[in-house]
Amino acid sequence: MQVTMTVNDVEVTREIEGRLLLVHFLRDHLGLTGTHWGCDTSNCGTCVVWLDGEPVKSCTVLAAMAGGHEVRTVEGLAKGAELDPIQEGFRQCHGLQCGFCTPGMMMTCRALLDKNPDPTDAEIREAISGQICRCTGYSTIIRSVRWASVHEAAAKQEEVAQA
Amino acid sequence: MQVPAPFEYERATTVDHAIGLLERLGSSARLVAGGHSLLPMMKLRLANFEYLIDINPLHEELGYIRFTGDEVRVGALTRHRELLESDELAAVFPIFRDAERVIADPVVRNRGTLGGSLCQADPSEDLSAVCTTLGASCVIRGPGGAERVVGMEEFHVGPYETAVGDDEMLIEVRVPVRPAGGSAYEKVERRAGDWAVVSAGAAVWLAGDGTVADARVGLAAVGPNTTGIPEISAALRGNAPAEELYDQAGAIAARSCDPVTDQRGSADYKRHLAHELTRRTLRKAVERARSGH
Repeated sequence: MQVTMTVNDVEVTREIEGRLLLVHFLRDHLGLTGTHWGCDTSNCGTCVVWLDGEPVKSCTVLAAMAGGHEVRTVEGLAKGAELDPIQEGFRQCHGLQCGFCTPGMMMTCRALLDKNPDPTDAEIREAISGQICRCTGYSTIIRSVRWASVHEAAAKQEEVAQA
Repeated sequence: MQVPAPFEYERATTVDHAIGLLERLGSSARLVAGGHSLLPMMKLRLANFEYLIDINPLHEELGYIRFTGDEVRVGALTRHRELLESDELAAVFPIFRDAERVIADPVVRNRGTLGGSLCQADPSEDLSAVCTTLGASCVIRGPGGAERVVGMEEFHVGPYETAVGDDEMLIEVRVPVRPAGGSAYEKVERRAGDWAVVSAGAAVWLAGDGTVADARVGLAAVGPNTTGIPEISAALRGNAPAEELYDQAGAIAARSCDPVTDQRGSADYKRHLAHELTRRTLRKAVERARSGH
């Protein structure tokens, strides 16, 4: 069957099998290997991407289901050479060690900040409760999200002051 | 790599289109909504279908929470996140928000649906226990627009088995609203996002004199099926709410359920939880009924 969807603002069309999972479509058909493929059972969350702006576990979504919809992956976070504040936060606060969970973590945390620009630590923990990190103990991930939250708020204030 | 066996993907455009496809394809086809129960089962080849009919495009038609005054009507494609976030639903039936907070995890809740949860009919599934507790009924639609309404007891035929026929579809869940009610849900799980070790839901309706006019308790993960416990309702009705009464109800829950020892705990521990969670949810449901929730 043929599927057409928008991935990181680019429309793509591919011939696929109905059983193809979105994570494999992104990695193997589009070469977008930033989205990681982990547990295969929707437990670990490293495969999280956005489907129409909502984080989903792409190991448990059929590529065909995404047909006609908008997908955003970790490759679509940065604006050119400028990192998203979430990416910068993970970099500044050591939000990763091995990096395996990082793409999924960042996609979920970006979506959290879009809805809730100033989340509490408990709200951040709740948001990533369906995702597993075996390196950081989560504390530095929380700090990374707080970093992004604070810096985004400051950047907004500056914008307002300049306007 | 875990992938399902090959199947043909069909996409439904309306409810009647989906039912038409089911009518034509019969038991070789299955509806898929959130897919977070069905796709893992297909990956493990515990379930195999020649056709999957994607009903996500029906979300506009079947994703709703409507209040008619004496009923709350929830479309089968309403997602967990929508049930969790609805303040109106939480005001009438706080049990939904209690349960949704502990169902799967936030990312899975973006996909999973009420209808998918009920139709999966997993004995550990929380929304089935919620709907059982509230005495909900299910609207099942078939060929030619024929609709039938069945109660939860009839809906649940057995583990992973419901009253929905091969050419039928669950389209709506109706929950009766009765005056002076309160409800609550509690779940013990090993870690975030896990299935319940045991869950319990309670709903209580108070009479003008403060006694229990009616009450219902629903349990999950303690037997082959999610069913209400009529003996608990009988024991509570007509009595003034009190700790001894909750304890008595808990004791009935513990001896009425049928848990098995597994990696989540021993049968004895699960009976203990059934007892304790029944007490806690009844206590909270009464508090909420008294405070107008």
